[in-house]
Amino acid sequence: MKAYLTRRYMFSASHRLHSERLTEEENRETYGKCNNPYGHGHNYIIEVTVGGAVDERTGMVCDLVELDECVRSHVLERYDHQNLNVLEEFAAEVPTTENLCISIYEIVKREFRGAHLQKVRIEETMMNSFEYTGENNR
Amino acid sequence: MVYLTRKAEFSASHFYHNPAFTAEENARVFGKCNNPNGHGHNYTLEVTVKGAVDPTTGFVVDLKHLKDIMSREVLEAMDHRFLNKEVPEFLTQIPTTENIAIAIWRRLAPKLKSAQLHRVRVYETPDLFVDVFGEDGPGEA
Repeated sequence: MKAYLTRRYMFSASHRLHSERLTEEENRETYGKCNNPYGHGHNYIIEVTVGGAVDERTGMVCDLVELDECVRSHVLERYDHQNLNVLEEFAAEVPTTENLCISIYEIVKREFRGAHLQKVRIEETMMNSFEYTGENNR
Repeated sequence: MVYLTRKAEFSASHFYHNPAFTAEENARVFGKCNNPNGHGHNYTLEVTVKGAVDPTTGFVVDLKHLKDIMSREVLEAMDHRFLNKEVPEFLTQIPTTENIAIAIWRRLAPKLKSAQLHRVRVYETPDLFVDVFGEDGPGEA
């Protein structure tokens, strides 16, 4: 039987939602308060889900220390206390939590070899969350 | 199809140790969890069942029945126990959160009557949980 293990992490970052493809007025209409030119911030909660058969010798799907270290060094260090808009991956993409979720999924997929990555879920606030399972690559 | 989830909590102690490993391997693979005196957690269990809504009762499942099964099969066996020494499954398996979720699935699935077990989720801490969906769940061969 497969088991799906989920680990939660947190980081804080700022962003501004603004698309070069929209006019100033369209940006204000589309993004509302999130279009404030000075930006604003969130405490993002990341849930990383990996899945697979349970290793009979260890009873585990993957080594949690390895997963923690991978997420810490490749995700948390990259995004914690940063302005998302100035990062390379958001030079041409709006740093919505949808796009952030896809970026984090792609980082963990590339860097973590210990188990199959099933899903990345992000809570931007207690009221909104976003999930990406790698199905429709941008 | 409607999905219904019931939560329960239990507290238990455990440690991780594979007798086939050397002492060094056990320490390296399991770290602090290898302390043979054990340590404990407050586990949260979420059991999700699925089924059609009964037109007479408006229920997917009789909640009292589900609660009784969870109490008898899981809480009486695992609450305030040392999992390695007191729960039969863990005399031969390491009581990781993965194996606890699988053991709970195997205890509950055959006991449910009207509704079908969909998911067992076990939180070891608020930041770590495991889901299982059974032998016929997503991704199973």
